[in-house]
Amino acid sequence: MKAALLIDFGSTYTKLRAVDVESATILGSGQGPSTVGSDITIGMRAALADLERHLGVLPRFAYRLACSSAAGGLRMVTVGLVRELTAEAARQAALGAGARLVGTFAYRLTASDVSRIEQLAPDILLLAGGTDGGNSEVILHNADALGRSRVACPIVLAGNRSAMDQCRERLAGRALIVTENVMPEFNVLNIEPARSAIREVFIDRIVHAKGIDRARTMFDQVLMPTPAAVMEGARLLADGCAGVAGLGTLLVVDPGGATTDVHSIASGEPSQAGVIPQGLPEPRVKRTVEGDLGMRHNVAAIDEAAGAGVIAAESGIPASRVHELIAELGREVERVPGSAEERALDRALARAAVRLAVKRHAGTVETVFTVSGPAVVQHGKDLSDVNVVIGTGGALVHSPDPRAILETSLADPGDPFSLRPRAPRLLLDREYILYACGLLGQVEPRQALALGLAHLAPLNEEIGDERTVET
Amino acid sequence: MSRRTLVTGVIGSDTHIVGNRILSMALEKAGYKVVALGALTPAAEFVKAAVETNADAILVSSLYGQGELDCRGFRDLCIEAGLERILIYVGGNLVVGKQTWGEVEKRFVAMGFDRAFPPGTRTDDVIRILAQDFASRARDDPMEQQ
Repeated sequence: MKAALLIDFGSTYTKLRAVDVESATILGSGQGPSTVGSDITIGMRAALADLERHLGVLPRFAYRLACSSAAGGLRMVTVGLVRELTAEAARQAALGAGARLVGTFAYRLTASDVSRIEQLAPDILLLAGGTDGGNSEVILHNADALGRSRVACPIVLAGNRSAMDQCRERLAGRALIVTENVMPEFNVLNIEPARSAIREVFIDRIVHAKGIDRARTMFDQVLMPTPAAVMEGARLLADGCAGVAGLGTLLVVDPGGATTDVHSIASGEPSQAGVIPQGLPEPRVKRTVEGDLGMRHNVAAIDEAAGAGVIAAESGIPASRVHELIAELGREVERVPGSAEERALDRALARAAVRLAVKRHAGTVETVFTVSGPAVVQHGKDLSDVNVVIGTGGALVHSPDPRAILETSLADPGDPFSLRPRAPRLLLDREYILYACGLLGQVEPRQALALGLAHLAPLNEEIGDERTVET
Repeated sequence: MSRRTLVTGVIGSDTHIVGNRILSMALEKAGYKVVALGALTPAAEFVKAAVETNADAILVSSLYGQGELDCRGFRDLCIEAGLERILIYVGGNLVVGKQTWGEVEKRFVAMGFDRAFPPGTRTDDVIRILAQDFASRARDDPMEQQ
């Protein structure tokens, strides 16, 4: 047997999955509190003891790989030039690296922008701006402003190539990583190099800065932030690996306590002929984070975003009572629904969070009328033909009816301009295996893929069967 | 001297791309770096592209007769984005109905375009005039010399 230990240092819990690599099966799970604030080893020891109780005896682990969203996650600030262009590309790169964006800035940084960044004290700052050979004035201004500031975090430089040397001078004394431009040519997205630079800084510096490496005798390496591990898992499940086919285009939906994350692995090109894509090209592997859609920390915001009375109507709970319960949940963020009423509320909240988050992640079409007739223009990704939607996270796994929640990610006939999945298979990440799959995929992709495929539970297999017959 | 950058595209709800594409190809062949935005391009997108790429000129095409509406305020948008001095051209079937070219040209110049070109303009003429305009700007303002 070749065992692997896959660790998630979360914000609330330290979670462990022990897997047998050869048979691609889960040997057992363990959980402890998150103790990064004091001493990370305490939570880790508790989780290992829990795992040992389940297994009897701990095997010798061939791999011990970790991801982390503890200590506030990877807190990042991005700076670009035009909001819809390099500033957006920088945002995409940071999100793709699994960061938690705490601030996004565009154009020239003002004095108050700079003091805001000082206050935010991010873990990493990503500075972009200008296409290669394009505008260099603004990124130089911003490098200068940051160079004079008290911002002390590592800075990833991914802007206009022609301005990089001068930026470096203006930021002398800072930890700098210069990488390729996030937008080397107008409207050409190149976020992969910035993404891997961010991940390197995370491994080399942030893990230490956050005190995670105090537990370093208990693991081999912290490879990436947890959202990046989930994304790597999703990518592996979608694309497969040498000789083994994956699931094809997919979407991962994760309604969490503080945010709702959506990942898509799909080109997002128009599914219908004649549709004209507009705006910045979309990354094939895309992550969005909805900061106002958190099942606990931002529960009042979900109610607001869902629209007046929607949560009350869906849950069958009177509006006044909904407000009371929401106020309680916002205060007690670790509360697990106990009564039937609370379960009904949680179901309605999760349905709203998933519906809104997927709607924002997916692209839209609109008809514009031209002299030569109507033309259909697409913004964002067309996810109509996505094969699979995977639901993950506590709100889905602990729900008695996860299908009812995950189904809200689907296309709505009443809203034909939103390009959400039409007839995907719905799978539930019942064992919370996606992050483990992403971590193990870094060393044993084939076995990690098998592990993921074996542990996703189908929620609507009849649709899956129809599709198999069709194609 | 580094290559000059030009932004081209067809403005508004106009899908007539052929002439603009021919022009873009000719400009590229003449040695310019061309950022071609294609058909159906909103005015603001020309300006955003010019900011990010530090373009030297924007060449706007309009073929469907609504150019006047689409191009209104174009210079103001450029000024707003910090591109006070960028060279802007417009060309194509800019208006419908019986109007003399002189009137039309005057109107577009009044809107802030440096030059307006009538239907049937040859790409060679555009390239020649562009070179002249860049040269005269460089003479007026030595700082602009690249």
